[in-house]
Amino acid sequence: MIARLFGRTSRADSASAEERFAVASQLQLTWWRFRRHKLALASGVIVILFYLVAAFADFLAVNDPQDTDSRRSFAPPQVISLFDDDGSFRPYVTVIRARRDPRTFRMVFDQSSKVYLTMFTPGYNYTLFGLFETNIHLLGLKDPQPGDGLYLLGTDRLGRDLWSRMMVATRVSLTIGLAGVIISLFLGILLGGISAIYGGVVDMAIQRTIEIIRSMPTIPLWMGLAAALPSDWSVMQIYFAITVIIALLAWTDLARVVRGKFLSLREEDFVTAAELAGAGQLRIIFRHMLPSFLSHIIAATSLALPAMIISETSLSFLGLGLRPPAISWGILLQDAQNIEALALAPWLLMAAVPVIVIILAFNFLGDGLRDAADPYG
Amino acid sequence: MNVLEVVNLRKYFPIRKGLLRRIAGQVRAVDGVSFHIKKGETLALVGESGCGKTTVSRCILRALPPSEGEIRFAVDGKVVDLAKLPKRALRPYRRHIQMVFQDPFSSLNPRMVIADIIGEPLLINGMRSGEERRKRVKELLDMVQLPAAYMNRFPHAFSGGQRQRVGIARALALHPSLIVADEPVSALDVSVQAQILNLLLDLQDRLGLTYLFVAHDLSVVKHVSDRVAVMYVGRMVEIAGTADIFARPRHPYTEALLSAVPKPDPRLKSERIILERDVADPANPPPGCHFHPRCRYAVERCKVDTPALQEVEPNRWVSCHRAHELMLRGVQ
Repeated sequence: MIARLFGRTSRADSASAEERFAVASQLQLTWWRFRRHKLALASGVIVILFYLVAAFADFLAVNDPQDTDSRRSFAPPQVISLFDDDGSFRPYVTVIRARRDPRTFRMVFDQSSKVYLTMFTPGYNYTLFGLFETNIHLLGLKDPQPGDGLYLLGTDRLGRDLWSRMMVATRVSLTIGLAGVIISLFLGILLGGISAIYGGVVDMAIQRTIEIIRSMPTIPLWMGLAAALPSDWSVMQIYFAITVIIALLAWTDLARVVRGKFLSLREEDFVTAAELAGAGQLRIIFRHMLPSFLSHIIAATSLALPAMIISETSLSFLGLGLRPPAISWGILLQDAQNIEALALAPWLLMAAVPVIVIILAFNFLGDGLRDAADPYG
Repeated sequence: MNVLEVVNLRKYFPIRKGLLRRIAGQVRAVDGVSFHIKKGETLALVGESGCGKTTVSRCILRALPPSEGEIRFAVDGKVVDLAKLPKRALRPYRRHIQMVFQDPFSSLNPRMVIADIIGEPLLINGMRSGEERRKRVKELLDMVQLPAAYMNRFPHAFSGGQRQRVGIARALALHPSLIVADEPVSALDVSVQAQILNLLLDLQDRLGLTYLFVAHDLSVVKHVSDRVAVMYVGRMVEIAGTADIFARPRHPYTEALLSAVPKPDPRLKSERIILERDVADPANPPPGCHFHPRCRYAVERCKVDTPALQEVEPNRWVSCHRAHELMLRGVQ
């Protein structure tokens, strides 16, 4: 067991390894165990990367995500060439020039001149973390001519840059999930805890409420709640309202987990021992019970997050959640709903990729955390 | 002097049914149990699983509120009835009765180091200074023969026997006068059992402790206890000195229990008494003597008349109508 946790250990330091294992706290044991679960570890890195994207969305965006231009509607993705003709490392793209075919009236894109890329270039203005006003972006074109643009993943019908929109959508979709989980975590721990501690009629009422909420089909319920939102609300107000709607339906799972954990821990001998020593209710809950199921809550949270993200995406996809001009993964996918868009611009489907990746990553991460959370089990 | 006197203790658990959770019946886990424990002695409480011995011990510790009866506990020269005290008023007496648990794995919080586990009762009962606490924890670890260097280790680094020692150290932290040991060795390897039992006996000598020893393993009981109390389906069937009860049981159930003690001699033919039928359901016990459906000495009277616990000889209580006439077999 010890050798497994530490990997290779020579005979000389196996004694000190044993000592390290003996005084290792819960957190360390969890980490050692989690570390061995490679898929979960990789997923953890992916999740962190996604949240970094969310934090620096505007910095990573190239063009203003709301900037429309009919002359470049449905422009195809550009490919970055890393090496110049002479073989030196000098990334460039071939910019496109659009013109309308006089006979078919369709836009035709001519790939013409080469434009080199630079990093940390000025672009549109934004505020980083809502604090620092800046216009520096990670990527940009070097000395662009008027009409030149960098569209890494192409553009949509209105000529908006898909790459930049995806960066901003990541921020919206991931934070909605996070905010929703925090609200449902609060509700779940509070109501689950009350249910377990008081028992009797209170427990009965809360449990039956949970059953009623869970028995309702979610999509019609969301539709009803979303339809009830006033149409003159701002994007921000809708954003918060959607978060609350998703959270109000999602807390039930967590409440059940918390209640179950409370009930099972109350019967644990070490809780009885603390009671016999004269410990008060608060000490027992915060010193003995809460630390014991915190890890389970973290695991449950990481499994609840993807459900939240999916909820938001499907709501927005159906046109019930966020509405343009807000940008989220669901809204990006809305553009890919019709066959015309798919036939003319299949790259719009790229918006589904981050959804799939983050959902899978969260699930693997949650699995790994759940397995690692209980090093004694 | 009696440290503890339990009089007519009852603990009923309601059976709730239906949507409105109406009380549909009661499990009579403990149904009128009386016994006493003298200072410095070990009373073993034995019986098969489900007979209520653990419930009795939990009631004495007030981990469960008793339904009826008295639990008279002698402390600081006065006698208090623990059964009647509300939870808050109970607090000052809690420290005098401590418990050693059966499962050494679930009885120690895996998130706390040994020093905190043993020190917790001290902290709760007003030993605020960390330095003082560490000193006392060291003392206690020494008492249970664990190196003081183990203080900063977490329970996962210990074996079952070592954990049980930690549990004992925790129980001793507040200088209790009575220790309730709920099958303290049944979860341990046989090789470790003897060590822990000897440690308990040794501590009893040194600290003048009184033990209520809940067990089902009669060979263990024979080794540690001064007197034995036998329970069957919530009632006491026999209480007597250990030597007396092993030599000549006075209740048919005790006889059957003793016949199950393994004898370390392969040439001896097994003379086990196999009890017919299942143990009675405490929610719906048979009338009369609870044991009569399984008793091979039962007569008509046993089916209707509940026998009372009576003193058949000095310091020997039996609840059997035929206690005087039966000659039952013991073990050597």
